[in-house]
Amino acid sequence: MKILVCVTSVPDTTTKIAFTDNNTKLNKAGVTFITGPYDDYALARAVELKEKTGATITVLNVGEADSEPVIRKCLAIGADDAIRINAEPTDAYFVAEQIAAIAKENSYDLILMGRESIDYNGGQVHGIVGEMLGIPSISPVMLLDLDGDTAKITREIEGGKESLEAKLPLVLGCQEPIAEWKIPNMRGIMTARTKPLKVVEPTGTDKLTTVASYELPAPRGAVKMIPADSAETLIQLLHTEAKVI
Amino acid sequence: MSVLIFAELDEGKIKKSSQEAIFYGTKVAEMTGTSATAVIIGPADDAELASAGRFGATKVLHAADAKLTEPNGMAYATVVAAAAQQEGSKVIVLAKSSLADAMTARLAGKLKAGLAANVIELPNLSNGFQVKSSIYTGKAFAYNDLKADVKILAIKKNTITPEEEDATASVEAFAPILNDADFVISVKNTEKSSGDILLPEADLVVSAGRGLKGPENWGIVEDLAKALHAATACSKPVSDLDWRPHSEHVGQTGIKISPNLYIACGISGAIQHLAGVNSSKVIVVINKDADAPFFKSADYGIVGDVFDILPRLTKAVQAL
Repeated sequence: MKILVCVTSVPDTTTKIAFTDNNTKLNKAGVTFITGPYDDYALARAVELKEKTGATITVLNVGEADSEPVIRKCLAIGADDAIRINAEPTDAYFVAEQIAAIAKENSYDLILMGRESIDYNGGQVHGIVGEMLGIPSISPVMLLDLDGDTAKITREIEGGKESLEAKLPLVLGCQEPIAEWKIPNMRGIMTARTKPLKVVEPTGTDKLTTVASYELPAPRGAVKMIPADSAETLIQLLHTEAKVI
Repeated sequence: MSVLIFAELDEGKIKKSSQEAIFYGTKVAEMTGTSATAVIIGPADDAELASAGRFGATKVLHAADAKLTEPNGMAYATVVAAAAQQEGSKVIVLAKSSLADAMTARLAGKLKAGLAANVIELPNLSNGFQVKSSIYTGKAFAYNDLKADVKILAIKKNTITPEEEDATASVEAFAPILNDADFVISVKNTEKSSGDILLPEADLVVSAGRGLKGPENWGIVEDLAKALHAATACSKPVSDLDWRPHSEHVGQTGIKISPNLYIACGISGAIQHLAGVNSSKVIVVINKDADAPFFKSADYGIVGDVFDILPRLTKAVQAL
């Protein structure tokens, strides 16, 4: 079985976001880049399936050279090889097109990725890839088990969950609690250095969407503190001042 | 050539977030000199379908094929793509939701559409087609230029306030050819909490964290939520500990919400939690630790013991 895990390289979740060049670029100074947290779940489940079924895992990233530490970490966690499409991943359709092109060449049984990246939060890439390949896409996937070529899946829906079955091949957008995040061990880190990482140039169309500029939210006003012994005042303030109840 | 809006049903009723999407789509139609058509899929009575007119749609295409009774992102995308083709729609509007997410991406793939998710304002058409969206889980905004011929806008909930008028939409049956390939995923079981207010749709949310000390203490959170007609939510550690289901976890890796009021009880306010709730219009923080970082992001704060304060707030709400 062949699994493709698509990962993003994104600012650490605790990063304070700031922009530069007249608000047209993310200010990367001092920012630590990590594997997308949802992608970490996808990779962790792929590694568990590899341990169980002997699957091979290819990790794919659409990103520029500064993504490579994130890709190496995925190799250290258990991916067998990696492909980096050398392009800035700013448009979901463009990213999906790159993934679909690689998938068409290699026919994977499972294409796993996070439910969304934590930068653009579009949550679209898996569905577009599924459409481009003519195979089903399911997201957000909380549980995944395989029984031969049938995938048994639990997906989160609003206010609950749904159990599904579908035949491979599939594209899945993953989230917790599909697997426990994995931390690379020393042996993994050493072997990751020698695992193949192929860099290929992008294919396909121009980007369908581009970002003209960015903006930060206006800061909230100062907090109004209410003494605990008159906590009931809060309800009056929410009713008469904030007018939300 | 009209602006097409996908309006989602919940038990036969147009969801509140879809009413917002219809209103948004109608405004875009006005800006582009065209009309707004809603496509609605699944069982609903004619009066409910026609009520799309209250928010500005002039026409409703109703796809009621029995195969479409259960929400199915892939099949719904086929229906909406067919509706867009019939109406010659170049702009498609919908409200972001679990179903819409599954559908929108397939639709974008089918139509080779430029897509903006988490849209929070009407487009700026002065120089092309630009929309503002929320990115970095609410920590920033992007001004997106949509360059494709077909544009899809997924609207973030609770960011557009619809105005209602006394009007009805004309309703037409719509029966596009469905793809067998769209029905290969079989749904075995659905577990949905009933009777509760759906968290992503809620105007008011009461949320609690580890400060509640255990799942057995959630009664005081539920009492306040019930008095306010609010949904309940929780922080990540609470869902990780299985005190509450994952479907209540709000934060960076959980549900992102943008209610009018978010009351956080016994939650310190880690940046990952804030990322999921910072679009709330009013934030109230109740915590016994005066140094909890959440107070810096709150509109109202109380330093105190949630076990003492929540029951008193519930009584005060009941007395309103």
